[in-house]
Amino acid sequence: MSGKTMIKPAEMAKKLEEIVKDHGKMRGAAIPILQSIQEEFGFVPKQLIPRLSALTGISQSDIYSILTFYSQFRFEPLGENYIQVCHGTACHLAGAEEITNALKREFGIEEGETTSPDKKYTVEKVACIGCCSLAPVMNMNEETLGRLGPEKAVKGAKENAKGGES
Amino acid sequence: MSKIEIKVGSASCGIAAGANKMHEYLEEKLKGDSIDISKTGCIGMCFNEPLVEIKDDKGLYLYGGIDSEDKAQRLIDEHVEQNKPVEDFLVYSDVVETEDKDYIDKQERILLRNSGNIDPESIESYEKVGGYDGLKNVLEKMSADDVIGEVKEAGLRGRGGAGFPTHMKWNFTKIEDNYPKYVVCNADEGDPGAFMDRSVLEGDPHSLLEGMIIAGYAIGANEGYIYIRAEYPLAVKRLNIAIDDARKKGYLGKDIMGSGFDFDIYIREGAGAFVCGEETALLASIEGKRGSPIFKPPFPAQKGLWKQPTCINNVETLANVPRIFTDGAEAYSKLGTENSKGTKVFALAGKVKRGGLIEVPMGVTIKDIVYDIGGGIASGKEFKAVQIGGPSGGCIPASLQDTPVDYDSLTSLGAIMGSGGLLVTDEDTCMVDVAKFFLDFTAEESCGKCTFCRIGTHQMLEILDRITEGEGKEEDLDELEKLGGQISAGSLCGLGQTVPNPVLTTLKYFRNEYEAHVNEKRCPAKKCKELILYFIDEEKCTGCTRCKKVCPSDAIEGDKKEAHVIDTEKCIKCGLCISSCKFDAIEALSGEKELQKMNKGGER
Repeated sequence: MSGKTMIKPAEMAKKLEEIVKDHGKMRGAAIPILQSIQEEFGFVPKQLIPRLSALTGISQSDIYSILTFYSQFRFEPLGENYIQVCHGTACHLAGAEEITNALKREFGIEEGETTSPDKKYTVEKVACIGCCSLAPVMNMNEETLGRLGPEKAVKGAKENAKGGES
Repeated sequence: MSKIEIKVGSASCGIAAGANKMHEYLEEKLKGDSIDISKTGCIGMCFNEPLVEIKDDKGLYLYGGIDSEDKAQRLIDEHVEQNKPVEDFLVYSDVVETEDKDYIDKQERILLRNSGNIDPESIESYEKVGGYDGLKNVLEKMSADDVIGEVKEAGLRGRGGAGFPTHMKWNFTKIEDNYPKYVVCNADEGDPGAFMDRSVLEGDPHSLLEGMIIAGYAIGANEGYIYIRAEYPLAVKRLNIAIDDARKKGYLGKDIMGSGFDFDIYIREGAGAFVCGEETALLASIEGKRGSPIFKPPFPAQKGLWKQPTCINNVETLANVPRIFTDGAEAYSKLGTENSKGTKVFALAGKVKRGGLIEVPMGVTIKDIVYDIGGGIASGKEFKAVQIGGPSGGCIPASLQDTPVDYDSLTSLGAIMGSGGLLVTDEDTCMVDVAKFFLDFTAEESCGKCTFCRIGTHQMLEILDRITEGEGKEEDLDELEKLGGQISAGSLCGLGQTVPNPVLTTLKYFRNEYEAHVNEKRCPAKKCKELILYFIDEEKCTGCTRCKKVCPSDAIEGDKKEAHVIDTEKCIKCGLCISSCKFDAIEALSGEKELQKMNKGGER
């Protein structure tokens, strides 16, 4: 899911209705619906929430409470390349922090931010990818790169980047 | 040419190491040779990934580190074409001795016997090894009470952490006279460092389904939910395939195998909240709410999903169930100890030579796992401790390595079996840092409902931050213990109650390390950034300028072919120079600041 979502509001509303209809009969569908919305647009556009509330009968505050509780949901689009650096225990011991720092430095991602100013890269920490024997690892655009060091991570990120090296 | 079978280990870890490319290559090159090439789940020897297994009429040959087309081609040229095993890449075989033989031979693969053996995307492959036979036995011959009795006799205890007897949980749900009832599988494997459940889901998904159907039959439920981490896309994919196939074959749905019993299974993907591994939080999440735990009782067995009786078990527990009904309770309970029956799967990782997915009978010692199976410490340094049970678990020091791994022994040491992460540390690991790591994680993941958990964890974290920055005070250690006790006592759910465990166990067994940070402002493992300095050994430095080039803060000075020097004021301790140095000339020092300052680096 890349960040270049330029969908017209009318189209968005139509998609939203389809998604709600798809999950219509499911009990407790709020989370699956929001997951489908994020899957569709790459993030959860805030402007859809009133309509979603009207369609499902779930209050806007309940929708926000779910969106802010679960770490999977985001209100902003991702960068073109999505990197998740594993910070599980094995990766932590093997130097995950250095890898995240090196990537952020390389792509100019400010402290507290996750996406580079040119929107080419989003770098996030994740709890555990479950590839502990290849630690430290990172996921990039659905590919997993393992046995990294800070230099190798930066090189790997550039080589696997969509639209060529930055 | 003899009949040959080739299997490529294609779980997430294998794929990450390049298994898919190797599989494609082998298929391409061996097209038309009528050789059976399949993708399997995790073969277990993750440290040797990617793995290719070749089975011929002489035996089984497991090749490791097959990460290039050249290597794959050699397997074809020599083993497949000329029937000559390629000894260079051989990591395990049942006919030839190998160095890593113990890794496999010291294990007992009951739960994992299919993982790495069958094609997880083929129901026929599962049936061929006795899949759904357990269910057949249950539906043909047994009453619900018989099933629960058999589980009791097998001595199965919950593999999710605390080890609650499975038959009791099932019985509590069964005796409720309120329908509908539900079976819920907790596949929200959120512990950093644990991936056993993922491997079962990716390598042998039908065994979970079969276990759930049997559980449903025993408690009188017609619906099951699998709550799975969204971070496991391959597991979700393979489960979906398995559920579809099981429906088509009549193992799921209406009137299963003509028995009159209806049961179906649905998947719910988690949305990234560690606390949802707690059963009441998990149920809230399935109901579409924030995952906040609620007070028990009533237990889920009485009022669970949508206030109906619900039996929640984790993946490993449920996937063990079919084994009990194919082999019988007696065979199952032969393995293990008096109070901990069967085997336990661990994700062995950290500083061991051989890490991966291992399955051992309960009661083996920590030492057996670290040395016989793990092959000892990779760096050749001292074995320091194992961290067992994830963020809720604890650290067990090397001095207690003869401890048997069973529920009760671990609990008595302040650790728990937990979900099965087993992390080995060596002398390069700072135990204060490890404790901080887990606390950082749990403080972030606290749902915020209980004050002690929400605020107490942050207070503990502040103290640990202070200690690792060299600002710790002596009374901090007592304060940590006090806070830890209060958080445990004042929290509603298992997350909050166990949050302090990593801190408390490291304080108990590695107090001297905390004291070195506090009193001597020194990190013995040389990990805590505020307490270390980087230093270039003039003797070893060749002046290759490599470190100087990679240094992001321009802290390294020195001409070509001259020994370099680090300006400790500018140095941000990012570690790039250490990882780039080919001559081992850069090291971290701690507690030797004065000595360091006498060098050129810090005299400013």
